Amino acid sequence: MTIVNAVVQGIFLGAFYAVLACGLSIMFGVMRIINLAHGDIAVLGAYVVFVIVESTGMSPFIAFIVALPVMIVLGYVLQLTVLERSLKSGILTPLLATFGLSIVIQNLLLIRFSPDVRSLGGNAGAVTTSSWQITSGLSVSALGVVILVVAVLVFGALQLFLSSTRAGWRMRATAEDADAAELVGIDSRGVYARATALAVAIAALGGLFLAIRSVFDPLSGPTQLIFAFEAVVIGGMGSLWGTLLGGLALGVAQTLGANINPEYSALTGHLLFLVVLVVRFGGGRLSLRTAR
Amino acid sequence: MRVQRWTRTSKAFTGATVALAALLATVPLLFEASVVQRLTNLLILVLLAAMWNALAGYGGLLSVGQQAFIGIGAYGTVFFAGLGVSPYPAMVLATLLAGAVSVPISLFALRLRAAQFAIGMWVIAEVISILVRLDQNLGAGTGISLLQLNQYEPNFRQAYTFWLALGFTVIFLAALFFLLRSPLGVSLQAIRDDEDAARSLGVRVAARKRLLFVLAGFGCGAAGVLIVANTLFIEPGSIFSVQWSAYMIFMVLVGGLGTFEGPILGAILLFAIQTNFTQGGPWYLVGLGATAALFALVLPRGLWGTIEERLGLRLLPVGYRVVEVKGDERTA
Repeated sequence: MTIVNAVVQGIFLGAFYAVLACGLSIMFGVMRIINLAHGDIAVLGAYVVFVIVESTGMSPFIAFIVALPVMIVLGYVLQLTVLERSLKSGILTPLLATFGLSIVIQNLLLIRFSPDVRSLGGNAGAVTTSSWQITSGLSVSALGVVILVVAVLVFGALQLFLSSTRAGWRMRATAEDADAAELVGIDSRGVYARATALAVAIAALGGLFLAIRSVFDPLSGPTQLIFAFEAVVIGGMGSLWGTLLGGLALGVAQTLGANINPEYSALTGHLLFLVVLVVRFGGGRLSLRTAR
Repeated sequence: MRVQRWTRTSKAFTGATVALAALLATVPLLFEASVVQRLTNLLILVLLAAMWNALAGYGGLLSVGQQAFIGIGAYGTVFFAGLGVSPYPAMVLATLLAGAVSVPISLFALRLRAAQFAIGMWVIAEVISILVRLDQNLGAGTGISLLQLNQYEPNFRQAYTFWLALGFTVIFLAALFFLLRSPLGVSLQAIRDDEDAARSLGVRVAARKRLLFVLAGFGCGAAGVLIVANTLFIEPGSIFSVQWSAYMIFMVLVGGLGTFEGPILGAILLFAIQTNFTQGGPWYLVGLGATAALFALVLPRGLWGTIEERLGLRLLPVGYRVVEVKGDERTA
């Protein structure tokens, strides 16, 4: 029964990783770049929500809605100031530039918020404390279910956006071949900026879940980035639904590891990631595939 | 037209560099231990920057996980010393261990591209860090001291460590210098300039990259050895910290990616910054990160690469250049 419980808890944990990974997957799918500051942006989102909650006392979920426009603007700014420039030169430049950005965000957060560990779990109300006892060894927390449902909704909404809206078609066309898309009149700059804004907004949602389900501090970002990237790779780079499955697989691997020994949690996740890389020999497909 | 490697300046400067290395050997005799310790830190930075540049600048391999080898070098020293090996031989063994470990890692890691390689290396460093934390004999999460070095009187210990640092730095920089100048080096520079073109001309890209990867494994291992010898204490949180990668990226980007002299310049700059902002607080790291990002975006060839381009200056020549014979030594 403990195994069943570990798998169930792993799925809930994995849904959180999938949300974190979603933005990374979008940016890789559309622009072929990995944003090494992605984890720090998620943590930044958590702090923005934290500030709103602290100053107004509203629920973190409402505060996230308030924070959303801020994060979207931030995404546009990130694209126009850093990423657009880095896209033009070499494959290493986006990695180098976003790595520098990651250090900047971490330390600015450190200056503004001190190294104290924070959590929004206490502000989120009943959702963090309620759970259903299914059998003696298996309980399902309300928060886990909420995150899983939201994760599926986010991926479903993205699927709908990409397959049935004009903006989504433009995004897919640009992901497929930006130059050809330009020829038929699609403004790739605009598409890239929208993709980044979308990615940053969903990263902030990941940050919100991080803040509610556990704790965060200014240096939490790199760990979130690693888990998010592992989810993207396990699911297959460039595949959106793959990222959801990759997140779930990573979550289950971690809870199964923790089931053997709590200290093995991150280790088994890393090992699953490395095994997937070995099996696939780094041959990730470079297209934003969508199920039809 | 003729093809030229050495210029008068580069001959003079290479001579001066050799003389400087010889002169540096006398540092422990002339200065107090705290100065010697700081200069050991400078040599560690030079070594790290040169190795990261060998990977990224010549192999196009951007690693965020070289701290794996730094950690193996440092913990390897403690491990071998714990087995009863005398500390300094233990340091050499630990360097060899880091180099040896880099071979199997390369078999897998070099198949990855760009971000996959970068983060794949990072995860490998995390895995090794977790394994160290799980090992009570290596002090687990709380760290461990290299007690065996206490058998030396502090001034002597600092001097030996400095000489070891100087020795490692000279060996690894010379190895890279001669490697880049050899026929092999020509193919490495071709890979740096255009990997696909190099491959189509018959350059065995994978084998060349492996060579750089293993060299960097040895070199970063040596740096880790020197770190534990210089500080006498290590803990997994700091020795396996991604901050090392941040320092390496800063030094190489500011100095000049893919140039031989640039990373040395970058290391000296970082050393100067660290000396003047001793607190090393968050603002200093904000500055480092922002500067690295800015250089990547605006001045990708770094300070040295830009100087080299503008002035046609070569101090430590690893490449060739074409010179017009008309008149005197004018660059074409």
